Amino acid sequence: MVLGRSGKGKTTLLHLLAGLMEPNSGSVTIDGQSITKLKGKARDAFRGKNIGMVFQQAQFIRSISVMQNLQLARSLAGLPNDEAFANELLSELGIADKAKNRPSELSIGERQRAGIARALITQPKVVLADEPTSALDDENCELVADLLQKTVTGHGAALVIVTHDQRLKNRFLNSVEI
Amino acid sequence: MLQLAYANLKEHFLTTALSIMLLSIGVGMVSFIVTVSEQLNDRFTRDIRGIDMVVGAKGSPLQLILSAVYQIDNPTGNIPLAEANKMKRHPLIKYSIPLSYGDSYKGIRIVGTDSLYLHHYEATFSEGTIWNHSMDVVLGNTAAEKLGLKMGSHFHGNHGFDEKGHAHEESHYNVVGILNPTGTVVDRLILTSTESVWDIHNHDEPAHEEHAHEDKHEHHAEEEKGEITALLVKFKSPMGIMQIPRMVNEKTSMQAALPAIEINRLYELMGIGFSTLQAIGMLMMLIAALSVFISLLNSLKERKYELALMRSLGASPSKLFGLVVQESLLLCLVGYAFGIILGRLAIMALSSFGEEQFHFSVTQTGISIVEIWLLPFTLGVGLIAAIIPAIHAYKSDISSILRND
Repeated sequence: MVLGRSGKGKTTLLHLLAGLMEPNSGSVTIDGQSITKLKGKARDAFRGKNIGMVFQQAQFIRSISVMQNLQLARSLAGLPNDEAFANELLSELGIADKAKNRPSELSIGERQRAGIARALITQPKVVLADEPTSALDDENCELVADLLQKTVTGHGAALVIVTHDQRLKNRFLNSVEI
Repeated sequence: MLQLAYANLKEHFLTTALSIMLLSIGVGMVSFIVTVSEQLNDRFTRDIRGIDMVVGAKGSPLQLILSAVYQIDNPTGNIPLAEANKMKRHPLIKYSIPLSYGDSYKGIRIVGTDSLYLHHYEATFSEGTIWNHSMDVVLGNTAAEKLGLKMGSHFHGNHGFDEKGHAHEESHYNVVGILNPTGTVVDRLILTSTESVWDIHNHDEPAHEEHAHEDKHEHHAEEEKGEITALLVKFKSPMGIMQIPRMVNEKTSMQAALPAIEINRLYELMGIGFSTLQAIGMLMMLIAALSVFISLLNSLKERKYELALMRSLGASPSKLFGLVVQESLLLCLVGYAFGIILGRLAIMALSSFGEEQFHFSVTQTGISIVEIWLLPFTLGVGLIAAIIPAIHAYKSDISSILRND
């Protein structure tokens, strides 16, 4: 976990890790593959397959349901549809009954949990979370942080969180403050 | 991806509906105009075929053609039979067909003529034969169907061309023959011998006096004066066109009109209207393209976060480009389909109206060539409208968009 105040470059770090930005120098290597060496399409495809992202306000495509959002994530990563796995993830996160709802019909906490499902649906090697709890109240913050940690590690992915949320300060052992 | 495009369009229902509406009005209008003008053209040329000249009473030559060839307008008047017969013997004339009328039945004209008229339009009998006696009639196919008359039916004709005309109750017509469809003006007529028309107005003489003033513009062939209404003429050689019309116009009390010339004039007049409407249709499509463009651009502004999200999920820029283009094409396809339907509805509406007013109906079955061409044109419009928004989607800087939450 990377903890630090706004404007310190946390998100920049995360976007560099995700290959959303070009570093001026240096390189990012994930699972032996230098993401900085990949160009254009190849990098997008690599990101789709290997990196899951969770945002401060988990963003979805508004015009389709939660389940369709999960399916879209898989199809964009070039993976076949897997409804069973999607349902499994949603039940693990306690929102199985919201699968058919539009994202806008979910509460903020539920949306954030659905965001975790969306990040994990492609069975990535790394999950990058950008302020996953900052918009939540204490109760939901606790819940989402728990679920994030449990499910991400449960599915064998590495987790990187960048946040300024002091409530998370003592939860994670691997913690850097900037 | 296509599903997503569809879902996005549904999400912005109102703007989508507006774009589709504009598009379909444009497509419908162009398809409507083209179909109507094609069919008018077709009908006009078919009815005119083989008729080189029409001789009738002096008046508007266009009116003479419309009344004598197409049975649309009222006749210009009557001409003396004696003079018409003189024409017949002219060496440059191959044959001439007399027409006399002034009566109708339920809005369908009763035309007195001779068997040449049937030969000219290559009409064949589906039932019965040609008239042998006065008051025998032969029905055109459409006329028989509309009137619900069968072989052996009797009916009373009405004086004049509308249904409110005075009925000739003293005498009735007998149906002795029904024709096969010819696709020409014959289909819509009740045909009888010239003598029948004379006979009925002979019987009718006293009644005729009474209402002569109220329908002055309708003229009748009457035996005592030996008149017919018009003469359709076919020449033996093109030499006829050079000499005869001038002779008729200068030396007789009749006028000669050349259908080819009059119809060209009519086309020129209608052509202005048609091309104006066509231009409006095109303009509509252009506005539709603009509307598609603006709505795509607007929805992209709203959705830039979604597009960035899709990039973070592994979508390549070209995939987003494709998504935007797909949305536009989907929109245009629906607009096109609605447009064709709209065009059809307009044609149906015109057809039933035209049937009553001008005894002219337009039918449309299948898809015309122009409508097939409209499809790639419409899709092209959609493509052009989508290109700038699609490039926007392609080029968006996802990192900075994702940051602004």
